[in-house]
Amino acid sequence: MSRYLTPTLSAALLLFVASATILPFAALIQHTGQLSFKTLLSDVWIQRVITFSVWQAILSTVLSVGLAIPVAIALSREQNFPGRTALLNLFSLSLVMPTLVAIFGIVAVYGRTGWLNQALDTFGLPPMSLYGLNGILIAHIFFNLPLATRIFLVALDGIPPAQWRLASQLGLQGFARLKHLEWPAIRPRLIGTSILVFALCLTSFAIVLTLGGGPRATTIEVAIYQALRFDFDISTAVSLAFIQLVICIAVLLLGSAWKENTPMAFSSIQTQDSWRPNSRTRLMNALIILIASAFVLFPIAGLLFSAMNPALLNVIKQSSTLSAIVNTFIVSICAASLSLLLALGLLLIARHYHHRLHWVRVAFGVQLLGNLILVMPPLVLGTGLFLLLRPYADVFSLALLLVILINALLALPFVLRILDAPINQGAQTHDRLVQSLGVRGWSRFIWLDWPTIKPATGLSFGIAASLSAGDLGAIALFGSDRVTTLPLLLYQRMGSYRLQEAAVTAVLLLLTCLFFFLVSQWATRTPAEIQPT
Amino acid sequence: MSLILDEVSVQLAEKSFKFNLKADSGEVHAILGKSGSGKSTLLNLIGGFLKPSGGDISWHNQSIVSLPPDKRPVTTLFQSHNLFDHLSIKNNIALGVSPTMKLSPQDWNKIEQVLDDVGLPSRGDEKPGKLSGGEQQRVGLARCLLRKKPVMLLDEPYGALDETTRHDMLVLTKAVIDKHNLCVLMVTHNSDDADALEAIGHTIVDGVLN
Repeated sequence: MSRYLTPTLSAALLLFVASATILPFAALIQHTGQLSFKTLLSDVWIQRVITFSVWQAILSTVLSVGLAIPVAIALSREQNFPGRTALLNLFSLSLVMPTLVAIFGIVAVYGRTGWLNQALDTFGLPPMSLYGLNGILIAHIFFNLPLATRIFLVALDGIPPAQWRLASQLGLQGFARLKHLEWPAIRPRLIGTSILVFALCLTSFAIVLTLGGGPRATTIEVAIYQALRFDFDISTAVSLAFIQLVICIAVLLLGSAWKENTPMAFSSIQTQDSWRPNSRTRLMNALIILIASAFVLFPIAGLLFSAMNPALLNVIKQSSTLSAIVNTFIVSICAASLSLLLALGLLLIARHYHHRLHWVRVAFGVQLLGNLILVMPPLVLGTGLFLLLRPYADVFSLALLLVILINALLALPFVLRILDAPINQGAQTHDRLVQSLGVRGWSRFIWLDWPTIKPATGLSFGIAASLSAGDLGAIALFGSDRVTTLPLLLYQRMGSYRLQEAAVTAVLLLLTCLFFFLVSQWATRTPAEIQPT
Repeated sequence: MSLILDEVSVQLAEKSFKFNLKADSGEVHAILGKSGSGKSTLLNLIGGFLKPSGGDISWHNQSIVSLPPDKRPVTTLFQSHNLFDHLSIKNNIALGVSPTMKLSPQDWNKIEQVLDDVGLPSRGDEKPGKLSGGEQQRVGLARCLLRKKPVMLLDEPYGALDETTRHDMLVLTKAVIDKHNLCVLMVTHNSDDADALEAIGHTIVDGVLN
């Protein structure tokens, strides 16, 4: 530790993360001077924005989490359902699928000329309008139903085999199993999952921007964007950011009151007992699984279908597309690398504080620092950086750098969460051995840490790179005609109704994200025989 | 040469400890006592994992209290977790010879030799997961020997082994102690272990060892 992370280096790292998150905010406050919450909160429009933000987040959470429970139970009961593994992989995909790409698929299915309305029209039924609350809810469920399902499924698969055997022996069927086995496994995850989904929906940006369809359905995050980009009304933006911050912190505090250990939903699935439900229950399970699959599959199919159009070759050859692809790769690789470096640094510092110096609270604080960004709207961060740097440089020429920095910070909580367990694995059991052998510094990293964290590094790099590749928030703020990435290009093409080109762009973006997600995991895979026992 | 603990004291939570001990090269000392009596605390103090609040620990008349664990003339065989699961047997031992893994061809030869000595010839390329609990402790012992430290601490090293394996290990340990003229401190709750190593027995009473 001491050699490659000297106290100086640790201090520099902590200072960097702290200042990168806090300074922009301070700059905003300083710029506005006085914030007038009173006048702001008495503004009817603002009141409506706040109410709508919270209301749509509550609805999205209830629907996503509520629907995830039967889906998870059905999937857990049907371990041998055909295509089950493929479906679960598809559910993981929605974790890294860029919002805009999904939105495009959702429009292809539920939009004015989408499949659903074509079907409704055939039966002489009135069309459904996607824009507004409908669209926001569909998109939020599309992303969060799979997430919640995977979390619950991990909980269900965590039920000890002995419990299943006992249930079989006692002859527990259907509802009794639900009451005594499955519900008790899901319940402890319910609050944490709901809070996670609520926070994601409250701060959701691209979905509301594209599917909100106007001022009636505007959330705080979108209002911040509009205040910044169109009105350049920094005072309103900062006040809104503060309000969002307060809500986020309140929700997080509420969440920590129910502290539970929610694992990232990537565990492998084990097989269960020999209970065979009766055919009616099985039919029901199959129906639930099919509906959930259709809900996730149709938009993806719709996207691929609409990308198969005459514009395909043209778009791929366009120089704007090519430069956007190049920029997207630069942003993703740099942001993911930076995020990984910051996370490794923070975790190694925290481990040292925790296990060597026994400063448990300080170690906790170090990790908290990396998670601070969760309550900071990316647009606010971006604007703060803009104000900080404006006196010294042409901010728009720094666009890529700023986008990299913001995306690296945004991905940091995810990377921290994935790397936390492997980095600290064995710190408790092997630390005295490591000390007595005198393995430290670079040698410790290469011989002891790297082999255990390698797969997690690949996973977190993949997730960070895909998130950065798909992010619209930062680039929407700093992007221009000179500097575009695939998400910005997609947004522009969707906005100008060049839908054929947009469809192709969306597929290119999806492939980019998949590429990062799969390649980085493949590159760091561990052959089965050297997996730690 | 002797290891001397002179009025070494430490306070942990609500409990205070005070240790006095003198152990010479070639001697085996066994510390007996129930769990929680302070046996592990004693080894942690000597090993350098715990700072004493008073007193002095010395080897060959030189204080070792300010030295970090790896610079002390001490090596420890822990009850478990002596090996890193992802490293081969050879590499696990090599890390004990050079913490930066810079080993000469002679060093690697010695590793082969010592594996032979502990009854695990040509198993160097396997992973610890393939070895039984007894075999894993043999690897740990092999590493202790190669580290060439005059003081060896045994922290209930055979507590988790079955009767036959335990007996074999004790015989092996006795042989290497005699061969290398080590100063050995063993913590155990089993007085048979102490007898098998012909150890001088001590008991910690109310946190005090005299």
